[in-house]
Amino acid sequence: MHHVVLEQWSRRASRVHALDPRAKLVVTLLLLIAIATSPALGGAQFAAYAGLLAAVVLAAGLPPGGVALRAGIVLPFAGALAVMNWLAGDVARSVAILLKSYLSVFAALVLVGTTPVARLFAGLERLGAPRSLVLVLQFLYRYLFVISEQAQHMRLAAQSRGALERAPRRTRLRAPASAVAVLFARSYRRAEAVYQAMLARGFAGHVEPVAPLRLAGKDLLAAGAASGAILAIRLGL
Amino acid sequence: MHIPDGFLSTPVWAGLGAAGLSAVGLLGRRVQRELAESAVPRLGVMGAFVFAAQMINFPIAAGTSGHLVGSALLTYTLGPAPAALVMSAVLVLQALVFQDGGILALGANVVNMALAAVLVAHLCYRYLERSQLRGAGMFAGGALSVLVAGGLALAELGLSGVRIPPAILGLSLGLLAVNGLIEGALTLAVVRALERLSPGWVRKPEAEARPALGILLIAGLLLVTAGVLVASAAPDSLEWLAEEVGLAERARHLFETPLADYQARFIAWPWLAQATAGLAGLAAAFALSVSLGRLLIRRRRG
Amino acid sequence: MCGEPLIEVVNLRFRYEDGTAALDGVDFRLSASETVALLGPNGSGKTTFLLHLNGLLQGEGEVRVCGLKVEKQNLAAIRRKVGLLFQDPDEQLFMPSVLEDVAFGPLSAGVPPEEALRRARQALAQVGMAEACDRAPYHLSAGEKRRVALAGVLVAEPEVLILDEPTTYLDPPGQRDLVALLRRLPQAKIIATHDVNLARALAQRAVFFERGRIVSDGPVEELIERFGWDTSAASGS
Ligand SMILES: Nc1ncnc2c1ncn2[C@@H]1O[C@H](COP(=O)(O)OP(=O)(O)OP(=O)(O)O)[C@@H](O)[C@H]1O
Ligand SMILES: [Mg+2]
Repeated sequence: MHHVVLEQWSRRASRVHALDPRAKLVVTLLLLIAIATSPALGGAQFAAYAGLLAAVVLAAGLPPGGVALRAGIVLPFAGALAVMNWLAGDVARSVAILLKSYLSVFAALVLVGTTPVARLFAGLERLGAPRSLVLVLQFLYRYLFVISEQAQHMRLAAQSRGALERAPRRTRLRAPASAVAVLFARSYRRAEAVYQAMLARGFAGHVEPVAPLRLAGKDLLAAGAASGAILAIRLGL
Repeated sequence: MHIPDGFLSTPVWAGLGAAGLSAVGLLGRRVQRELAESAVPRLGVMGAFVFAAQMINFPIAAGTSGHLVGSALLTYTLGPAPAALVMSAVLVLQALVFQDGGILALGANVVNMALAAVLVAHLCYRYLERSQLRGAGMFAGGALSVLVAGGLALAELGLSGVRIPPAILGLSLGLLAVNGLIEGALTLAVVRALERLSPGWVRKPEAEARPALGILLIAGLLLVTAGVLVASAAPDSLEWLAEEVGLAERARHLFETPLADYQARFIAWPWLAQATAGLAGLAAAFALSVSLGRLLIRRRRG
Repeated sequence: MCGEPLIEVVNLRFRYEDGTAALDGVDFRLSASETVALLGPNGSGKTTFLLHLNGLLQGEGEVRVCGLKVEKQNLAAIRRKVGLLFQDPDEQLFMPSVLEDVAFGPLSAGVPPEEALRRARQALAQVGMAEACDRAPYHLSAGEKRRVALAGVLVAEPEVLILDEPTTYLDPPGQRDLVALLRRLPQAKIIATHDVNLARALAQRAVFFERGRIVSDGPVEELIERFGWDTSAASGS
C-alpha cells in the first residue's frame, strides 16, 4: 500500500531525515510557490527544480525511480486537462499543468518520504496550525488503520454472505447503508473508549510532545541554502 | 474533486488559501472552546470513520458503484463546526500523506469540500427541518454538498484560466449532478439506518449553537470577497468562464423579459449577472433536490 | 500506600443512557495485596463495574479508593492509584509510537520529558518490549499491543491493577508470560476474565456477577465449581 511504503521511507536515516520538520515544511512550501508562480514556458526553471529535488532524493537515500513513479499519481488528471488545453490551442498552459503538477507532487513526496507523519504534525503545530486541528489529525491518523480494517472485515463478511449480489433491488442501498451506520456507531463507541483510556491515564486536556522539536544551526543552514537555491532559480539569477 | 497543485492560478490558490486558513483557524479555536476538551480526540476518530466509510461501496446501477463522501452525514451527527473541522483534517491528511489534492491547493479544497459543503448541508437541514421536511432536507443537504463542492472546484479551475471544452464541462456537471443525487440518497439511507440503531446519533439542527453557523457564514463571506478580488485581478479569465459556460448569455435571456429595464445594467456588470445566474442555478438545484427528496420518501412510505 | 480497605463499593447502581440497568446494587471490598477474579456471563456488568473504580463512569451509591470518595475533585489522585488495562488494547494505545504511548501518563502528570522517557523504557523492559520503542502501535501484533498497554499502566506505579480480559488475543506462551509477569507484580489486582485458568493461577478469591449484581463471593475453585464455569468440565458432562 502507498502510505506503508512512504512510512518506511520516512523511517530511514539520513541528513535530510534528521532535519527539523519545520525547516522541511517551510522549504517545501517555498518550492511549491516557486513552481506555481513560474512562467508557463520556463523550461529551464522546471529542469532546475527537478535537479534540486533529485539532489535531495539522493541525499536522503530514497529510491529515485520509486519517487518518480509514485509522483505519477497526478498524471491521469493532469494529462486530461493538459490534452484539453492543447486542443484548445493553449500549448503553453498544457505543458505547464503537466510539469507543475508533477513537480509539486514530487516535492510533497520528498517531504513525507523524509519525515515521519507524527513529526510532520508536530512541525505543523509549531508553525502555528491550530492545536485542535493538529490533535484531530493525530487521532485521525492513528485510528485510520484500525477503523479501515474494521470496514474491510465488514465488507468481506458481507461478500461472504453474498449480501450484495442477491439482495433484492429495494434493499440494495439498505445493506451497505446499515454497514456504514454500524461502522459509525462502532467508531463513535471506540472514540468514547479511547477517551476513557486517556482519562484513566491522566489526560489533562492536551497531549504533551515527547521529543520537543529543536531548531538547530544545521536546520537553519540547510533551510537557508535550499531557500537560496530556490529563489535563485525562480528569479533567474 | 481534489484539486492538485499546478492547476490553479496564483490569485486563486492564494486567495482561497488565505480564506481557508483563517476559517479553519477560527473553527479550530471555536471547537476547542465550545466542546469539552474530550471531544477533540473523538473528532479524530470520526475523521478515520470518514476515510473508512469511503471504502464501502454502494451498488448504483448497471454494475457501477459509488461511495459516501460524508460531509453531510458528519454535519447531521456532529454538528456543523466540528464536521467542518473534521473534513478539513481529512483533506490535510489526504494532501500531505496520500498526495490526494495539492498542498497549495489545500485552501481551495478546504473551502470547497469542508466549508462550503458543510455549510450547505447544514443550511438545507436547518431550514427544511423546521417545516416538517426533515428527510427532504437531509437529502437536499447531501446532494447539494457534493454539487456545491464540485461546482466550486470547476469554477476555480475556470477562474484560473484552465480551458475545459463546453462538452466536457457539461459532462462534468452532469456527472456531478448524478453524484450529488447519489450522495443525497446515501446520506438519507445511512441516517435512517443510524436512527434505527439509536435515535440519539442524529441531532436536531436547533440544538446547535448559532455562533457555529456564524463562523461558517464568515468563511462564506471571505470566500465571496476573495472571489471578487480575483475577479478584479483577472477579469479576462472570468469573462472566458462566463462565455464557456454560457451563463451570461442564459442569464441575459432569463432577465430579458421580466426585467428588461435592468438589462443594460446587467451587461455593464457581467460578474453580477453571473453571480445572479449562479444563485438562480443553485436555487433551482435546491428546489429540485428538495422535491426529489420528498418524492423518494413518499414512495418509500407508500 | 493507603489504609484498609483499598477499595470499598457500597450499593452501586448504574444505568446507561439507553436505559440498560448494567449495575443493580453492587457491594464489594478489596484489601491491599489481594487478587480477586471477576467471573460472570457476557453482559453481566463486569466491565461497567471496573469503569466505576476510577470514576470513568459514576453511578449511584458509594465508591471509595484508598479512603477517597470517587468524585470530581479526587479523580486525578484516584486515577494515579488505579491502573486500568482495557479489554481492547487498540483503545488504549493512541500515541504515534510505543515509547510515546507509554510515556503518556507521566507526561500528562507533568513529569519532565527525560524522566518520563526513562520510566517508559523501564516499564517496557519490564514487559519484555524494550526493542519496540520506536514502532507504531498499529503495526504490533495483538499480544504485543497488550504488553505495551500494560507497560503504559505500570509506568504510573499504581497501587491497584485492574485488568479487563487480559488474556484475550494472547497465544498460549503469551498467556503464560502474562501470568508470570502479573505474579511478579506486588500490587493488589482485580481481574475480569472468562479464562478460569487465569483466575486459578492468579487469584485466591473470586466474585460472580449476574445481571448487574454480585451473586456470590468466595474461593476461586468453589465458585468455578458452583457455577459450572470450567470450560473443560462443561464439555465433558
Ligand atoms: N455504552 C453502553 N451503552 C449502553 N449499554 C451498554 C454500554 N456498555 C455496556 N452496555 C450494556 O450493559 C450491560 C453490561 O455490560 P458490560 O460490558 O459491563 O458486561 P461484561 O460483564 O463486561 O460483559 P463481557 O463478558 O461480554 O465483557 C450489558 O447489557 C451491555 O449491553
Ligand atoms: Mg467486559
